[in-house]
Amino acid sequence: MSDDNFARFKKCAVEVLSVEESAVVPEATFESLDADSLDLVELVMALEEEFDVTVEEEELDGVTTINAAFELVTSKL
Amino acid sequence: MVTSRVVLITGGNRGIGLATARRFADAGHKVAITSRSGQADNATGMSVVKCDVTDTESVNNAVGEAEDLLGPIEILVSNAGITDDGLVLRMKDDAFTSVVDTNLTGSFRVARRVVKSMMRARWGRMIFVSSVVGLGGQAGQANYAASKAGLIGLSRSLAKEFASRNITVNVVAPGPIETDMLAELNDEQRNAMLSMVPLGRLGAADEIAAAIQFLASDEAGFVTGSVLPVDGGLSMG
Repeated sequence: MSDDNFARFKKCAVEVLSVEESAVVPEATFESLDADSLDLVELVMALEEEFDVTVEEEELDGVTTINAAFELVTSKL
Repeated sequence: MVTSRVVLITGGNRGIGLATARRFADAGHKVAITSRSGQADNATGMSVVKCDVTDTESVNNAVGEAEDLLGPIEILVSNAGITDDGLVLRMKDDAFTSVVDTNLTGSFRVARRVVKSMMRARWGRMIFVSSVVGLGGQAGQANYAASKAGLIGLSRSLAKEFASRNITVNVVAPGPIETDMLAELNDEQRNAMLSMVPLGRLGAADEIAAAIQFLASDEAGFVTGSVLPVDGGLSMG
């Protein structure tokens, strides 16, 4: 896990999900962050822009943790 | 004193759109209107941005421009619309698809773009201008009626999808209103229409604007997914 990429990821998550930076840890679930499916879509859209990647709607199935979302996005770099 | 909001009105350069823009501006809101040319007469006190709702890039640019001028859009009045009337048997595919593309898909494009900032703000109002013919159908207007009926499904889906973000989405369904669009009717069509209106007159654009202003207000916060006919009793829907 690249620290630099995770910092960029964290910045997006903090902005979109309105959570504390300290809450954005790999094992955190979106549920624990009080983020629903709309939040997740919004986060992914912000990440697409930040990392210049494209994530398909169906790839979000089963993405329930910060780590899973981070891996999904950075796997496309 | 009402909160001053940022309002975007598509097709705001004439008719119902302009009357609505005028009403919001007079109430102290910050108003941007779109027109295909980027020009509008009688647009004092409002910003005018060029927008072709059939072109996603143009929509995104226009909303971006309005946001740069006024701030994030809080109220959307999706009003841009065209007609291309004809009987079904003689209606070309293009007459159908172009009307649907402008009136329905165009509304979708604008809504998709403006909803992002509404989500972030946890507050938003969308009002789609449909038509009484979307409810009751109209011979000679299959394309227009289909597009206007489609707005109801679109708005109710948006209402459900974004309810958790405190965004309300409603439809106003005008009946016959004194506008340029109605001026295209011949006397026979006009009289036939009037004979069906219980209140026995055409509506004024400002009477639609008043309904839109209500749906956009803080007081209408519990109204979402509704279709409000403003039609002199024509539809009784």
